[in-house]
Amino acid sequence: MSKELFRTCPESGLQFHKPAELLMRSHAVLAVVILLFGGITALLVTLTRWPAVHLLPADRFYQILTLHGVNMLIFWIITFEIAVLYFCSSTLLKCRLATPRIAWLGFALMLIGIVVNNSAVLNGDASVMMTSYVPMPANPNFYLGLILFAVGALLGCFIFLGTLVVAKEEKTYEGSIPLVTFGALTACIIAVFTIASGAVILIPTYLWSIGYINNIDAAMYRLVWWALGHSSQQINVAAHVAVWYAIAAIVFGARPLSEKVSRTAFFLYIAFLQIASAHHLLVDPGLSSEWKIFNTSYAMYLAVLASMVHGLTVPGSIEVAQRAKGFTNGLFQWLRKAPWGNPVFSGMFLSLIGFGFIGGISGVVMGTEQINIIIHNTIYVPGHFHATVVIGTTLAFMSLTYFLIPVLFRKQVMLPSLARIQPYLFGIGMMVFTLALMGAGTLGVERRHFDMAFTDAMIGFDYPASAYTLMGIAGMAGVAAILGGAIYILVTVLSVFFGKPVGSESTYGFTTSTLTRAEPIIVPDGGHAAAGKWGFAAPGTFLLAIFFLLVFVLYYAVNWKYLASVWPMS
Amino acid sequence: MFIMMPLWHIYGKQNLSNEAYRTTPQAYLAKAQAMVDQYTVRTETAANLPVVRPPPGSDVYLVARLWQWWPLLELEQGQSYRLHISSMDWQHGFSLQPVNINAQILPGYEMVLTVTPDTADSQTIICNEFCGLGHHNMTGKIYIVGGGQ
Repeated sequence: MSKELFRTCPESGLQFHKPAELLMRSHAVLAVVILLFGGITALLVTLTRWPAVHLLPADRFYQILTLHGVNMLIFWIITFEIAVLYFCSSTLLKCRLATPRIAWLGFALMLIGIVVNNSAVLNGDASVMMTSYVPMPANPNFYLGLILFAVGALLGCFIFLGTLVVAKEEKTYEGSIPLVTFGALTACIIAVFTIASGAVILIPTYLWSIGYINNIDAAMYRLVWWALGHSSQQINVAAHVAVWYAIAAIVFGARPLSEKVSRTAFFLYIAFLQIASAHHLLVDPGLSSEWKIFNTSYAMYLAVLASMVHGLTVPGSIEVAQRAKGFTNGLFQWLRKAPWGNPVFSGMFLSLIGFGFIGGISGVVMGTEQINIIIHNTIYVPGHFHATVVIGTTLAFMSLTYFLIPVLFRKQVMLPSLARIQPYLFGIGMMVFTLALMGAGTLGVERRHFDMAFTDAMIGFDYPASAYTLMGIAGMAGVAAILGGAIYILVTVLSVFFGKPVGSESTYGFTTSTLTRAEPIIVPDGGHAAAGKWGFAAPGTFLLAIFFLLVFVLYYAVNWKYLASVWPMS
Repeated sequence: MFIMMPLWHIYGKQNLSNEAYRTTPQAYLAKAQAMVDQYTVRTETAANLPVVRPPPGSDVYLVARLWQWWPLLELEQGQSYRLHISSMDWQHGFSLQPVNINAQILPGYEMVLTVTPDTADSQTIICNEFCGLGHHNMTGKIYIVGGGQ
């Protein structure tokens, strides 16, 4: 390999392989374009479900909601993830990217897939929601677009794996691959499983939609589809946890408390999360309780345990790093003195808190066989997954972007004061939004529903006033969060296309050095524990974890109590 | 947390049954029609929907189809019924409000739930799985009446 194909970022020291760099930029730009489109649909959906506004007519609402689901949950996240995969292999391992031409083929397939799928929905004959449950039919191009996109993403995964092989052969690193790359590898393995499941169900569904296959069993479709649908969210979790570790290292120079524990936790994801997809089928006919309990207890708990390990070690490592810098007063000085004005950090920390407290707790509670009876398909479910996917994944990716703009695009981050508040507007807006949706769902408000007032229904139903209030709060908080999303896109687009190059004399904007503080940490005598308290290296994090478990147990108990009040059935 | 799920099966009163059968829309609709013919007590709404009052303990057949829950039911408070539910066409979501009981309803599968209405208030069935343009108008009713009338 000739040396001139590489450049070294003077500030971060990262080494970029030029063909890989162009691929990363293209994927990141495409992802942000999809996010913009998804954000517009988000606004329309939010304004329709806000009862006082009720913006769109019914057919348009279902169409836009379908677009919102496929673009946000599938296209935006997976496209950004391919960029992250290339970064975590080629850049972090200082290695050339394997077969850049095939990577471009993958990119083209993804782009074509997005266009084919979205035009089917925009045409108006594929308003079937992201899940496209058979036997509700969609225009065949809806499935075809998804299949093309998936093949493109699969090529990206194989190129990531190929790059790991290249790095090993050419000895560009020593020992094991870094933890962040390991997390990306986890995401990649899950992605391969996910895409394979998607092929198993979407290819027959495509053939069914063009009339080649007669019948697709509804229960089988749900079982296999959720191996795609849930696992794809697991790619996100693995990827955004990898981003958390990366940001802790970038901003604080933090090192994981225990590499081994963190790696084992990533491995638990691979081993168990796919099976936990069963929690989508808890109130389906034809599956036994034994099957449901088995698949949602041992499997899901071990995967949740893995998330709790990450949720503990990431702030724990930050605490240790901060204490080593001298922020040792009390339990929480390390946290108070964290760089809250730096969007790379604030976004990542809000992502961690929202994902754990809101997304994590609600996920385990609703994944309980019997409790699912009072939650299934209510708007509680979107409440839950907006906490995991939007606060967890999207916000983590946003905060990483602020780091990537100077490092990957060589531009200063423009509008720094807006960039500073963006994670708060987006993160806190989404937190209120998700909590309000979960509250409304507890009152029985349905998801994917145009009219909670049942104005045109032959038999009406009145939700309590509190349900309307909660949906109104969700509407307002949703709009605030969308505004936060708009600021993100504005800052990103302005910086990338019109920003001052890094290294020019101008003083406005964030540069790499204002976004990172990766001075090496001097471990005090006596190891990490010496800077901690009561023999703990990270006592503040430990206390937070105890608080988390308390909230968890309380909320779990409340839901059983609520369940006990509904009709007896067996 | 794991322990709660099997424990609730033994001690708790709210568990979904494991009883379900493969069926076809035609076969299922025939059974529902037979029940409607035998036990209809009155009709309601502009569409003259039948209100059916099956005897306690009997098999009750509820049909989910685009876009209604058919027929309307009248059940006695405190009595148990074997409630069958199946879809004639696409997937639907059985959602009983305000008591808040939710289940997934699939075509080709007949779910059987033994339920004991213990609330005095009548309940509305709404659909909470997206089933096309009329989804938000797909409603039904379970009237609850005091025992021994």
